[in-house]
Amino acid sequence: MPPDTNEPNRPLLSSNSLWRMKSYLRPYVARLIVIWLTALVGIAVVIAFPLIIEQVIDGPVANGDAAGLLPLGLLAVGVGATEALLILFRRYIQVKPVLGLETSLRDDLYEHLQRLPMGFHGDWQSGQLLSRATTDLSTIRRFLGFGMLFLVMNVLQVVAVTALLLNKYWPLGLLVLASVVPIVWTSLRFEKRYIKISRQVQDEQGDLATLVEESAIGIRTIKAFGRRHHVYDQYDDAARKVYGSSMDKVRLSAKFFSFLEIIPNITLALVVLLGALAVGDGALTLGALVAFTTLMLQLVWPVASLGYLLAMAQEAMTSADRLMEVMDTVPAIEGGTGTIDEPRGHLRFEGVGFRFADSDRPVLHNVWLEVRPGETVAVVGATGAGKTTLTALVPRLIDPTSGRVTIDGHDVRDLDLKTLRSVVATAFEEPTLFSMSVRENLMLGRPDATEDELAEAIRTAQAGFVHDLPWGLDTRIGEQGLSLSGGQRQRLALARAVLSKPRVLVLDDTLSALDAETEALVEEALRHVLRDATGIVVAHRASTVLLADKVALLRDGTITHIGQHRELLAQVPEYRELLAQDADFDDASEGALR
Amino acid sequence: MTTTAPEKSTSWRGVASEDQDELPTGVSVRLRARSRRLLGDLLRPYRKKIALLVLIIVISNAAGLSIPFLVSVGIDEGIPPITAGTGASILVTVVGVILAAAVVQAVARQAFLRLMGAIGQNILLELRRRVFDHFQRLSLSFHENYTSGRVISRLTSDIEAIAELVQSGFDALVKALLTLFGTAVLLLVLDVHLGLVALVPLPLLLLFTKWFQRQSAIVYRRTRETVALVIVHFVESMIGIRAVQAFRRESRNQEIFAQLNDDYRGANARSMYLGATFMTGVKLIGNMTIGGVLLYGGWLALQGEVQIGVLAAFLLYLRQFYEPMQEISQFYNTLQSAGAALEKLSGVLEEEPSVPEPREPVALPKGRARGKVRFDGVEFAYVKEMPILPRLDLTIPAGQSVALVGATGAGKTTLAKLISRFYDPTEGRVLLDGVDLRTLDELTLRTSVVMVTQENFLFSGTVADNIRFGKPEATDRQVREAAKAIGAHEFISGLPDGYETEVGKRGGRMSAGQRQLVAFARAFLADPAVLILDEATSSLDVPSERLVQRALRTILAERTALIIAHRLSTVEIADRVLVMERGKVVEDGPPAQLIAASGRFAGLHRAWLESLSS
Repeated sequence: MPPDTNEPNRPLLSSNSLWRMKSYLRPYVARLIVIWLTALVGIAVVIAFPLIIEQVIDGPVANGDAAGLLPLGLLAVGVGATEALLILFRRYIQVKPVLGLETSLRDDLYEHLQRLPMGFHGDWQSGQLLSRATTDLSTIRRFLGFGMLFLVMNVLQVVAVTALLLNKYWPLGLLVLASVVPIVWTSLRFEKRYIKISRQVQDEQGDLATLVEESAIGIRTIKAFGRRHHVYDQYDDAARKVYGSSMDKVRLSAKFFSFLEIIPNITLALVVLLGALAVGDGALTLGALVAFTTLMLQLVWPVASLGYLLAMAQEAMTSADRLMEVMDTVPAIEGGTGTIDEPRGHLRFEGVGFRFADSDRPVLHNVWLEVRPGETVAVVGATGAGKTTLTALVPRLIDPTSGRVTIDGHDVRDLDLKTLRSVVATAFEEPTLFSMSVRENLMLGRPDATEDELAEAIRTAQAGFVHDLPWGLDTRIGEQGLSLSGGQRQRLALARAVLSKPRVLVLDDTLSALDAETEALVEEALRHVLRDATGIVVAHRASTVLLADKVALLRDGTITHIGQHRELLAQVPEYRELLAQDADFDDASEGALR
Repeated sequence: MTTTAPEKSTSWRGVASEDQDELPTGVSVRLRARSRRLLGDLLRPYRKKIALLVLIIVISNAAGLSIPFLVSVGIDEGIPPITAGTGASILVTVVGVILAAAVVQAVARQAFLRLMGAIGQNILLELRRRVFDHFQRLSLSFHENYTSGRVISRLTSDIEAIAELVQSGFDALVKALLTLFGTAVLLLVLDVHLGLVALVPLPLLLLFTKWFQRQSAIVYRRTRETVALVIVHFVESMIGIRAVQAFRRESRNQEIFAQLNDDYRGANARSMYLGATFMTGVKLIGNMTIGGVLLYGGWLALQGEVQIGVLAAFLLYLRQFYEPMQEISQFYNTLQSAGAALEKLSGVLEEEPSVPEPREPVALPKGRARGKVRFDGVEFAYVKEMPILPRLDLTIPAGQSVALVGATGAGKTTLAKLISRFYDPTEGRVLLDGVDLRTLDELTLRTSVVMVTQENFLFSGTVADNIRFGKPEATDRQVREAAKAIGAHEFISGLPDGYETEVGKRGGRMSAGQRQLVAFARAFLADPAVLILDEATSSLDVPSERLVQRALRTILAERTALIIAHRLSTVEIADRVLVMERGKVVEDGPPAQLIAASGRFAGLHRAWLESLSS
């Protein structure tokens, strides 16, 4: 199940997942070292600045030494220029590793997702996957690219400046050091609450995204029932939840950020008080006090940003966890190494069973079926008998939980997936068309098909309507072929399957949306195709069954009868019930006579 | 249907500008104005709160800015008396004021953050609602072209871009601008001479910012575009994963994805380089200025024309002056992407439904629809030159069930879509109980006319939820009754949790036939006056279809029905058959009469009888 549905007991976060991303940074080790070194030098330069100011005030200004002013001033200008250039340099070389990490992670995620089997995709909303590929990856990128660097730099800067202050005049230094304590303490407490609430917002946004996805994909159904308001109300509820949690987040951070700002200011006031007194006592020079306050102000940002950076680190860890959840899912269906040089298409189901992991009732059990090369079997069964599951086992869209499926004697699990899926082609009842040209959609399974073969496949599937589209075969079909009718889409899917010239052709009730006339034409053409290929045809109608050499009756998840259509019709009552249209026939003739 | 050829659009209305990289100036000005209008519209209800917000910001910033000044006063005025041994009362007073300023600043800042957060979140909620609602209002023809991937991307990543601005960017921007302004004033007040010197680079800074602004507008637009393509491809692959795997599309998909992902990377890289350049520039100008002020100020101090405290304050302020400018470059991304997102969202909101809701809806004569449907000189065409329905006059009396027969492309589905008002006719009118559908209010229309297609989308939730979609206020009992009536009860009871079984992604674990039954139950529960069945029984096996047909006899008894079916067995239960050919009705009559005649329907019927006996 997708773990994203607000489970309270999610395991506590660890930096582990984030740490595992390090391999993506490996190609950039040299650059990373340079970046870190540059950052360190940058800190040194930042700290040097107030010290130069101190020198100016206590040296030339105090002594009236005009000649001494110029070199120090120029030094300040030089240091300033260096600081700027260091930043430029660091940020330029940072681009490659940062984006490289994000891009290859995303590529790998996509690749992994394409390898994960149907079972996984059935459980995960694509919106959930999308948020991992975009939002979570950006969060990781931002942290590894900037956040982490700033976190370490800021801590270093705080340490260095505090040490400097202690060294300069320890009583004031101690005061500054003491002021860091409440900040760190609050930051840590804030962080815990902040993570909790951020995670809540993230989850709620995920729910919102799911609603958005459904509202977009199910738009026809929504419109057909005029349920705009109903869907809107659902969305509104979820959006309000996001609003509520976001407001909690706003309140929390408002409190925290203003606290972070008041502490350094109070400390500054105390430093001025005690520092001025110390100057009065002669314990501190005026220049040193100015430098002290300048340095102190340089602490404000690094300290104030600690909470934010820590929260960013936590968010990155959460994102890394969410990402790894997917990346760690082992593809249950991995290809073997076997290949078949000259596939004949001898298909056997040997005691096959299938059960969903979270269900105790098997969908299929003890299925035995043999389809010889060139033979075609019709699979007939009531709605929900397991016909589609049976057909999905052949191209390994799912794997059996017991028994095995073989092609030419090879267990399909031993075969290389590419080989297997070029031997087997399926036309689904609900065809998936992609937003690309008709041609590309048809050549999905065989990119090297010739124009003649393409034309042939279109003829077989009676899909000649494609020539009438505005740009013919180059017309782009809208996503999922929304503007085509169901029958048209089915015919395209059929043409696609036929065009792959498979040894084993699986037709999963592919003709259901066709009108009788077209269906008859398609069936006629299919007869030729099926003569050369091994076929499995899921059928609801007698006319489709007649495409097959024999019929297998699937009942309650297992094959109970195999035989000729006429035999079964005569001998098996369930079969008669399923296929004989006697009842209709009676009604029809009644109607005709009326 | 989208086409590969770029569509020529001169008006740039609505979403037409979405795929363009660089736009003619006139257009981009118009787009910006459109975004601004939307923004103004969203902000208007909060005018008073925003005024209050401005006041709070000014207080918070004045308090914040006064602190370095007070520090300098403390140093310049507080120290001499101590050195002279006349006590520390001035110093203590100044320090007290600093403390007070710090508290005022913190309190004002917290108030600011809360108020601004509240306004931002409210606007975000309003924007979410508006865009979602608008998408739902837009007609099917819009959705068919626009694709669900882009709808999703508008409602997720674009809204998030604006949320990002609301959450962090806006605060930084306001703070930066105010600091800039406040500091400039303060510098001049502290010392006009030195202040003018410190402000010399300001014009340069403004020019540089202007340049950056222009560049980044281009760059961020590109970023949004490339990420949208990544999202669209990603979503489509995941939704169609079954076909992807079955046809070994993975490697080609991976190539395309890698390419899109790399384009996105390129766009991001450009934006990062640009940001780095800007940041460095600002830093450089800032540091040079500080160096210059140190030199010049030091020299002035040497002459005794400037006090040391003032010089110290100057240096502190200058540091503050440039710091937020750098933050601007950080948050300019946020601002830009929010701007680009806003532009697209305003485009969506500008799209008008091609099937608009009537401005002054007309009620039906008798409250509830009786179900008389009339086509009055109806013509329909997607493209002008290729009419689907040339001209149609047809009356279906209330309560009649009509079967539509004809080859694919004959216009049967178009007819159905016109009755259910998924489309409006290009010419003529479609009337329900004598009322033009275009003037009928939406709720009445949708409760009166329901269409069941072969495409059976199930929403996440339980089976019962999905049936209840037809009538949200239905009780559990009614849901069960509906399922029983059409023969779905048995299989639903057999599911792991019965009616409470969660359906998987897009109805994952139910077979197509089972989903069709659920969709049927949904329509039955909705109890419309006009029921349209577009191939609604095609996925059913014979026994289920028989059950449904039996149920249909009762269901259709008192309502108008339009049945599109390829199975003649379904047609048999109709009172009247229309045979269509190229958008025209070529045969019309009761089934028995048509069978007895020698037309097309009689031929079809004969062929069907033969197929049954084979």
